[in-house]
Amino acid sequence: MDDIDKALLNDFQRDFPLVARPYAEIGACLSMSEDEVIEAYANLAEQKYISRIGAVIAPNQVGASTLAAMRVPEDRLAEVAEFVTSFSQVNHNYEREHDINLWFVVAADDVLEVGEVLSRIEAETDLEVLNLPIIEDYHLDLGFKLEWA
Amino acid sequence: MIEISIEDRTLIELICDGLPLAARPYQVLGSRIGMAETEVIERLRNLIDGGVIRRFGVVVQHRRLGYTANGMSVWNVPDERVREVGEQMGQFEYVTLCYQRPRHAPSWPYNLFAMVHGAAKDKVLEQVQTIAETLELTHVERDVLFSRRQFKQCGARYGCKGKVDNEPCKTA
Repeated sequence: MDDIDKALLNDFQRDFPLVARPYAEIGACLSMSEDEVIEAYANLAEQKYISRIGAVIAPNQVGASTLAAMRVPEDRLAEVAEFVTSFSQVNHNYEREHDINLWFVVAADDVLEVGEVLSRIEAETDLEVLNLPIIEDYHLDLGFKLEWA
Repeated sequence: MIEISIEDRTLIELICDGLPLAARPYQVLGSRIGMAETEVIERLRNLIDGGVIRRFGVVVQHRRLGYTANGMSVWNVPDERVREVGEQMGQFEYVTLCYQRPRHAPSWPYNLFAMVHGAAKDKVLEQVQTIAETLELTHVERDVLFSRRQFKQCGARYGCKGKVDNEPCKTA
């Protein structure tokens, strides 16, 4: 990865230009042509260094979501995780190193639908689901400063 | 916060898939929903200024860039200090999410969650220790939960239903 790639990754995580030709504006900052910028981003996306250029939406502005957690016996973990994953409203589902070991995010159109998903998971698995919605958000997302060794 | 119109919602859904890599990306987006390029830009600016869109720009893949360890640090902070502590914790550059969430006594005593990214587990633990020392939280009950198996990861974000990365959800 060269210095140009690093700049393209680090310097445009926020305040992406809101002008008709944003890639030309970025090019002007980095002494590159518009086409070169577009090609460089296409390569970074192709190599999966970036997931996209886009918007990070503040939580609970559109729809509702929560973090949920369960203490699942080891011998049932695969089966319960598969059931949780089967819900289209579940978009993250991880095993974490703790006795409360299954952690997932439920996102839906509204709080009622979120609650329904949690209730169905509890009923079906006969395990308690901890509902951990955001009470307050303290992180101002300014992007993530990458460092290269 | 500002009112979100139907047009804004449509635009938000669309922008979740990412900005097209074309010379005039806002025009391309607008053409998909019958909206003029200038209106797309104007609406995005209002959504950003109004705090609905928190950040607009390149979304990097931490894991792919070598930040392979992510630890969910959780803290039992006295209620009267949680806002002050949270606001400071959210400013550490390796903290990517920082929320107050409810406790569930007795099994879950923690009310502050901060996601900490690092190149390795040791590094993450070291960073958590630095946070604790800087914010005078060394006496506060805490834990760090590292992820083990990933069962599902859609890349979905708040306000973006379903997949957004033009690839199917990864399931184990």
